[in-house]
Amino acid sequence: MSDPSLLALTLAEARDGLARKSFSARELTAAYNDAVSEIQPLNAYITPTPERALAMAEAADQRLAGGEALPLDGIPIAVKDLYCTRGVLTTAGSHILDGFHPPYESTVTDKLWQSGAVMLGKANLDEFAMGSSNTTSWYGPVENPWRRPGDNRPLVPGGSSGGSAAAVAARAALASTGTDTGGSIRQPASFCGIVGLKPTYGRCSRWGVVAYASSLDHPGPLTRTVRDAAIMLRAMSGHDPKDSTSAPMPVPDFEAALTGDIRGLRIGIPKEYRVDGMPAEIEELWQQGVEWLRAAGAEPVEIGLPMTKYALPTYYIIAPAEASSNLARYDGVRFGLRVEGDTLDDLYELTRAAGFGAEVRRRVLIGTYVLSAGYYDAYYLKAQRVRTLITRDFVTAFERVDCILTPTAPSAAFAIGEKTEDPIAMYLNDVFTVPANLAGVPAIAVPVGLSGDGLPLGLQIIGRAFDEETVLRVGEVLESAAQFRHLPSFVAGGGR
Amino acid sequence: MALDKATVAHIAALARIRISETELDPLADELSDILTWMEQLNEVDTSGVAPMASVAAAELPMREDKVTDGGCREEILANAPRTARGFFVVPKVVE
Amino acid sequence: MIEDRTGQWETVIGLEVHAQVVSKAKLFSGAATEFGAEPNTQVSPVDGAFPGMLPVINRFCVEQAVKTGLGLDADIRLESVFDRKNYFYPDLPPGYQISQYQQPVVGRGKVVLDMPDGSTREIGITRLHLEQDAGKSLHDQHPTLSYVDLNRAGIALMEIVSEPDLRSAEEAGIYLRKLRSILRYLGTCDGNMEEGSLRCDCNVSVRRHGEPYGTRCEIKNLNSIRYVMLAIEYEARRQIELIEEGGTIAQQTRLFDAGRGITRPMRSKEEAHDYRYFPDPDVLPLVLDPEWVARLRAELPELPDTKKARFVSAYGLSPEDAGVLVSEKETAQFFERVADGRDPKTAANWVMGDLFGALNRLGIGIEQSPVSAEQLGSLIDLIADATISGRLAKDVFAEMVASGADPGAIVEAKGLRQVTDSGAIEAVIDTVMAAQAEKVAEYRAGRDKLYGFFVGQIMRATQGKANPGLVNELLRKKLTGDSGGAS
Repeated sequence: MSDPSLLALTLAEARDGLARKSFSARELTAAYNDAVSEIQPLNAYITPTPERALAMAEAADQRLAGGEALPLDGIPIAVKDLYCTRGVLTTAGSHILDGFHPPYESTVTDKLWQSGAVMLGKANLDEFAMGSSNTTSWYGPVENPWRRPGDNRPLVPGGSSGGSAAAVAARAALASTGTDTGGSIRQPASFCGIVGLKPTYGRCSRWGVVAYASSLDHPGPLTRTVRDAAIMLRAMSGHDPKDSTSAPMPVPDFEAALTGDIRGLRIGIPKEYRVDGMPAEIEELWQQGVEWLRAAGAEPVEIGLPMTKYALPTYYIIAPAEASSNLARYDGVRFGLRVEGDTLDDLYELTRAAGFGAEVRRRVLIGTYVLSAGYYDAYYLKAQRVRTLITRDFVTAFERVDCILTPTAPSAAFAIGEKTEDPIAMYLNDVFTVPANLAGVPAIAVPVGLSGDGLPLGLQIIGRAFDEETVLRVGEVLESAAQFRHLPSFVAGGGR
Repeated sequence: MALDKATVAHIAALARIRISETELDPLADELSDILTWMEQLNEVDTSGVAPMASVAAAELPMREDKVTDGGCREEILANAPRTARGFFVVPKVVE
Repeated sequence: MIEDRTGQWETVIGLEVHAQVVSKAKLFSGAATEFGAEPNTQVSPVDGAFPGMLPVINRFCVEQAVKTGLGLDADIRLESVFDRKNYFYPDLPPGYQISQYQQPVVGRGKVVLDMPDGSTREIGITRLHLEQDAGKSLHDQHPTLSYVDLNRAGIALMEIVSEPDLRSAEEAGIYLRKLRSILRYLGTCDGNMEEGSLRCDCNVSVRRHGEPYGTRCEIKNLNSIRYVMLAIEYEARRQIELIEEGGTIAQQTRLFDAGRGITRPMRSKEEAHDYRYFPDPDVLPLVLDPEWVARLRAELPELPDTKKARFVSAYGLSPEDAGVLVSEKETAQFFERVADGRDPKTAANWVMGDLFGALNRLGIGIEQSPVSAEQLGSLIDLIADATISGRLAKDVFAEMVASGADPGAIVEAKGLRQVTDSGAIEAVIDTVMAAQAEKVAEYRAGRDKLYGFFVGQIMRATQGKANPGLVNELLRKKLTGDSGGAS
């Protein structure tokens, strides 16, 4: 019988506990394997890997016993099913990758295993990372472990890293990997009341991560605390010669940046993030965040990011365009689903019609259109020019401030089926997160309070390129001030 | 931008995704809405602004001319739904 | 110009050559590029477009492209961009080819053609860019299936586009030979059309003299220079006939059917391609260091045109002969080693005559020559110092080809040393004249033609070893009488 009290520890606490030999890696993993089974109704995992996890935990125990502990030895994590894991089914949440067992390991997960981490399984996600609700997966929607008190309706965990977020929030993983292309780490983190970090573009390698939009995809961690995120980020980061867009930057000790001291830091408050129809409680929480940071010695400064409102349409031109090209390889020939046809085009068209879900199809068609002859200049080229302006906004702002404070999402989690039928309404979920993807700058989502109907709300810190240290430091100060101790209704081990 | 059925059918053909006749109209409406929403970008003055293809920090890294890969046919073919004598297989293409 | 019913027609030809880059690994992956490997044994997951795979460019392939641009006297663009060319085909696993569209690495250049009449013609190069080769589809292995081999997918290609400056099939052939020669000199492509390392697509149009360009058709699937020329000739005629009958040329892609010697339209929907080019977000812009380019320029080998000019001025060779000797770098090197310290015209004659003859007969190239440059040189030396006669040297050469032995050794072994001893020759002459006394009398009476007969007899008596010069000198004296009187 595994020990559910172990599930209450954060990653940093578990790391220290293992080092002090308060428990073994095997015990910790056993508890998490049970947790994975327990939260099965949430559908957060596509492929649990309990035996592999135990084997990895045992190897960690041997290293711990021998005194040669690795930074993440014995830490059980969930892997978004967008990361290729050697020999383990990798689906990208899509029917079109049925049966795909990669013969290679993604760079980021390889780094995690080299750091001693333990793989609990592959987490559910929106198909090909396209979505902000995790309702587009071939493997079914993921449920948010949070519910509105007194309301039985299942809620979305956010997306696309919905499974990764739900698993961490429900204490069925100590941390998880996600990817953030338009907000897919930060928004589900916000909806699930946990921490989500999108690093600088190129900080973590994309090699072995199923590509959605190459210039916007950012691998990153989802964790319970900011300190945990710092620990995970260090293990996941580093230049990769196999990824031409990987940044040749040294990896700092991000945990060491958590000094708690933000005196004199200038915090930008962008007026354009106050959008029409934004719930008052989010505005209030944002204000509260400003006060917390001011109390800690930082200086709030009102700034302008005038291109903000154009970030969403810019994103929804560039991302689908790149995706339409990246997804052309799914054709029934070398891997995945194959629907036979009489002619070559039949093979392609039938396989892709059967294999792609509605949202993926929508984005591939949009992407194909905006790149097509006659429209390239009006849409794609135009969007790339606006992207330059959006990036310039940040560069200009960072001449006056050291980081920027904004809400993470324009609402708390909504019910499955509530908004999810209207594509544009769904796209608006990403309004606060998308600009940081376009500019490639780091951003963290930190849970800070509850909405009127008892659901988590988060705040976002955006920083300069390659300055995750400031982002983490300010994030931790927010976290300390907010003291967000709430737990979702459904938590593995039933703990408090 | 309003898309008609014929355009959607053409785009679907370019993207090699079979769309049934009954789906074409609703899809045309949906895509038209999305494209129209995107056209707010026309409000932005981008004259003299260079398009940004990547926010990557580096110059293009180059590799040495050495054979470091390949020679793993079993792995390359292992996930294929259909193979024959070491080849991938598709319906015959007539030139 | 083609003269036809309605007057003079001009054929306008532009060639797009795809040259496979000589390198060990592919353009964006580390898989090997060897020809003829078992299917799918030289395929990286990157080449196979597996999920999550990313391209990393091979520096040497870039170097090869830049060297080629320099060899074509072209602009090297210090900043160029790789674009995705999107289309679906089984030999293109990602569904796009990484190529260069609007900003290629090499811009305008030129190739100088050596025309048969001795003139030169300059053909413009529009651009050269790097792109990935596709895999191979085999359509003849099965009644209803095509088989796909990705070994070739991802190998680096240089696409070299000429201006539409060519005006005949013959010019096209000369252009291709010259281009191939330059590529082989540079070592950037082996130019082997049979193995597919050099492929050519032709754009052909016709116009009446003075009119603007006509609509062109692209002809693909040309894998020999001969086919290129045949296809151009057929296509030009086809277009002229069509126009003269009142038709218009449809812009088409056509295939050359070698069996029937015709071009015909492609059956697939090639025309419908909208390639949706956009800069590849996985590959950053290529930025070249001008000092690196300058170093490559300084390290270029001497190219055919320069070498030819040097051969003419330094060796006194005719432009035609120089042109033949420089067409392959290995031949030029061979010749120079033979000519070193010897009469260059003699060296040239031996190389272009006897040596080429032997190589052609054996069906081998000069790199496989059984006779080395040093050995040929020795043979020439043996003639020059009169050790053997020129005639016998040819026999020695034939033996050198057959056995690979040194000329000196062969001469000794076969006792072929020339006889230069006047006394010995005189004795032979006397014997022959005595045996042919009647013919001697006829000769002295005026039948000059018998001179050759006497020479033949003397040569036979000496097994060809008598020094011809001496024979002539002594024979003439004896035939005309010691007094040396006129006859």
